[in-house]
Amino acid sequence: MKTYSYYPGCSLEGTAREYEISLRAVAPLLGFRLEEMHDWSCCGSTPAHATSHRLAVALAARNLNLAAAHDKGPDGLAVPCAACYSRLKIAVSDLARDAKLRADTEEAMGEAWRGGAVHIMALPEILARDVGPEAIERATVEPLNGIKVANYYGCLLVRPPEMTGFDDPEDPQTLDEIVRATGAEAVDWSHKVDCCGGSLSLSRTSVVSKLVADIIDAAQIAGADCIVTACPMCHANVDTRQPLAAKILGRRLEMPVLYITQLLGLALGVPARQLGFRSHLTPVTSLLRKLQDRTRGRASGEGGS
Amino acid sequence: MPRIGVFVCWCGSNIAGTVDIARVVEAAKDMPHVVYVEDNKYTCSEPGQASLRASVEEHELDRVVVAACSPRMHEPTFRKTLETAGLNNYLLEVANLREHCSWVHSDKDDGTEKAIDLVRMAVAKVAYHEPLYSLSFPVTKRAVVIGGGIAGIQAALDIADSGHEVVLVEKTPTLGGRMAQLDKTFPTMDCSACILTPKMVDAAQHPNITLMAYSEVERLDGYVGNFKVTVRQKARSVDIIKCTGCGICFEKCPSKVPNEFDLGLADRKAIYVPFPQAVPNKATIDREHCLYYTRGRCRVCERVCEAGAIVFDQEDELVEIEAGAVVVATGYEQFDHSVYGEYGYGKIPDVITGLEFERLVNASGPTEGKIKRPSDGKVPETIVFIKCVGSRDESKGVGYCSRTCCMYTAKHALQTREKLPGSRVLVYYMDVRTAGKGYEEFYKRTTEEYGATYVRGRVSRVYQKGDKLVVLGEDTLLARPTIVEADLVVLAMGMAANEGAGDLARLLGISYDQHNFLTEAHPKLRPVETNTAGIFLAGSCQGPKDIPDTVAQASGSAAKVAALLSRESLQTEAQIANVNQELCSGCLWCETTCPYKAISAKTITERVHGKEVTRTVAEVNPSLCHGCGACLPACRDGAMNLLGFTHQQILAEVEAVWR
Repeated sequence: MKTYSYYPGCSLEGTAREYEISLRAVAPLLGFRLEEMHDWSCCGSTPAHATSHRLAVALAARNLNLAAAHDKGPDGLAVPCAACYSRLKIAVSDLARDAKLRADTEEAMGEAWRGGAVHIMALPEILARDVGPEAIERATVEPLNGIKVANYYGCLLVRPPEMTGFDDPEDPQTLDEIVRATGAEAVDWSHKVDCCGGSLSLSRTSVVSKLVADIIDAAQIAGADCIVTACPMCHANVDTRQPLAAKILGRRLEMPVLYITQLLGLALGVPARQLGFRSHLTPVTSLLRKLQDRTRGRASGEGGS
Repeated sequence: MPRIGVFVCWCGSNIAGTVDIARVVEAAKDMPHVVYVEDNKYTCSEPGQASLRASVEEHELDRVVVAACSPRMHEPTFRKTLETAGLNNYLLEVANLREHCSWVHSDKDDGTEKAIDLVRMAVAKVAYHEPLYSLSFPVTKRAVVIGGGIAGIQAALDIADSGHEVVLVEKTPTLGGRMAQLDKTFPTMDCSACILTPKMVDAAQHPNITLMAYSEVERLDGYVGNFKVTVRQKARSVDIIKCTGCGICFEKCPSKVPNEFDLGLADRKAIYVPFPQAVPNKATIDREHCLYYTRGRCRVCERVCEAGAIVFDQEDELVEIEAGAVVVATGYEQFDHSVYGEYGYGKIPDVITGLEFERLVNASGPTEGKIKRPSDGKVPETIVFIKCVGSRDESKGVGYCSRTCCMYTAKHALQTREKLPGSRVLVYYMDVRTAGKGYEEFYKRTTEEYGATYVRGRVSRVYQKGDKLVVLGEDTLLARPTIVEADLVVLAMGMAANEGAGDLARLLGISYDQHNFLTEAHPKLRPVETNTAGIFLAGSCQGPKDIPDTVAQASGSAAKVAALLSRESLQTEAQIANVNQELCSGCLWCETTCPYKAISAKTITERVHGKEVTRTVAEVNPSLCHGCGACLPACRDGAMNLLGFTHQQILAEVEAVWR
């Protein structure tokens, strides 16, 4: 069984609790273990990197030093949050390139930088590469046949490619591979890697509403039943800003937005009430109903034969 | 005992300014074997050379040291002077007192000391010099031209017109190459096929040209003047002598295949002629798609062919050609689009490449010259052209400029506005580069007379929305993002080397760059030669080029070939590798090291203690060896020597400087 050091990041204890809950639910079913690091702190994301590059790097470096010392996760550092993933990867790259920054960071941390060799892995990377589509297919008990999924990667997961590098930056495929393994259809759509507006959600909501409207519109044109993401920031924006997006598009919107682990949970037979759907602002009932109708149809079909 | 003369040159004040010539002369007089020393203001001048000649005779000199500028400057001059003085050219050594001494030092004392050392080294070395001689060998008066595009055709015609035989080898079933696929040519708007096809016919009918279409070069042996080129004549499954090109076979053939010539925008049959003006106008069976070869039945073509030309059991044939020179004219490919996922090429049917646009706009193309969208055949209203796709993009593509895209995009924009006057044409560009005769004027006509709109900025993404293509970009002059709903998007794909260019280069023993373009011997002064004597380059196999430049380069290589083939014989290098067979253990590391394939194994028989012993040693072919010296460090026995730079000569120099 593969065992990873686990760095949840703040979102998974707050706005993205359902991501954490569903991840914890599917990990044993897919045969991997998560060992949470002790004393982890902020990754250096928006509040830090928008104000101080040095602080952003130092925070990431601190956590990576902890990860390097953490001996319970030999197979890599699992990072579910795309923003954390991006910050940690960028810090490694910056520290390798810039000797002065490294000296500054070491001074700020009060210890030597040791995190350069930590194998940082985004969750989709673990699911698609280490676990693999075959294992997911084998573990699937409720195939999601007939469900159309628009996989929304956002900007942080696959870019910049020279730092992330596990998937195509313009037409990424890892989430699509995972989704297809559950029996669902991964639709080809135009806004896979578009920006959701990120942290402008609070400071300039109108920008985010417009971007979210574009994303949902594109997903609907592609015929998607739901959007799947692996980024708490994307989830927050696309899930919560649908009422404002609806005003822009001039029509009612109810597009379920799921974390990849929630979709996996449904396929692996985890009861929906254990996947944290209650904390979504846009209900996922349309999707659950479609799944239910389909199951019922299948059951009655079997009964009839 | 050698009698050495030393001639110290002032080079005006170039050397004399930093080197005390009188001290050098005095020091040289005491050096071993030196019988005569003189100094001249300019040794290379006519009086300087005359004095050198006279001194050789007067003092019975048999070795000469010229202490002057770099041997790269005047070694050939002084070699000739020695020859006219009756000495072997190679009994000369040049001490470089200018580039290696006076120009790089400022202290006169130190400069003078160093100059004396350099002269002492040269004297020590030249004492061991031996006369060296070139061999002469005959030239096979025939050229092989690889590639039957415009570059190969032009080179073949020019060589043939100069009276030499040419074998023109083309990989595909027909001559023509990329130029045959183009519609009009900038800046004159000549019809590409109309100016190309007469040349194709000329090449096929020229009494001095043998055309080998559907053939590939498989092997090259030999050396300049005496190459042996092995060509694989691929099986067409058609007897080309009997085939009349009537076309009944492909009319009746039931198997449809996307036509490469139309870039898959139209179909051809499994038996086919790529396009109506193909030369030779002979059918070819594509065995991968022919029902008879894949499923074992059909043979419709055989039944309908009145000439009885179909030969199903035809086999590839290897033909060996002797030639004195080779011209490589293998052309280019379009840049690999797959790294530009954001433009949706391959996924969105109405995103096409510039070359595909050429076929769309061509009267003999799949739409008979009407600009229609591939997806639904609708006439587009808004057309966006994106330039520099692949070119000038170090993050995803290549750093170089493909040189043709600015002009062909201007041409496409002009043609679109001409054919669809109501259309909206937008060209996204980084720079407009129109360096060529009449090019800038053409670009101006496109914008000013024909009303194409140029937007300075790059496109970040293209995606399908309903039946429109949404093009997201930036207008960097207005500093704002742009969103355009287009009907057709044309990508100006850059030019890249052929996929097999590196393999071909290795096969021929010529060099290629990091992008797999074949490398010329000197970027400015030897643009059509390769580093291998007798092999020349033409066209865009050497780097992106438009048609005028390609034709000019092809004629340039043809002139070089004609000059080579007009000689009765060639001289070998005199300063070449030489094996001391007594020391050689036959390990043949030198053979693997040699970049020119000049070293081979040889079996010799000797008498050792009264017995006959047979063993293997290395042998250097003097016609192939360039004297590069790479084999010397590879030789563990010290058996390999470079004539003119023998171990003994080099050690003498080293000893002299550390004396």
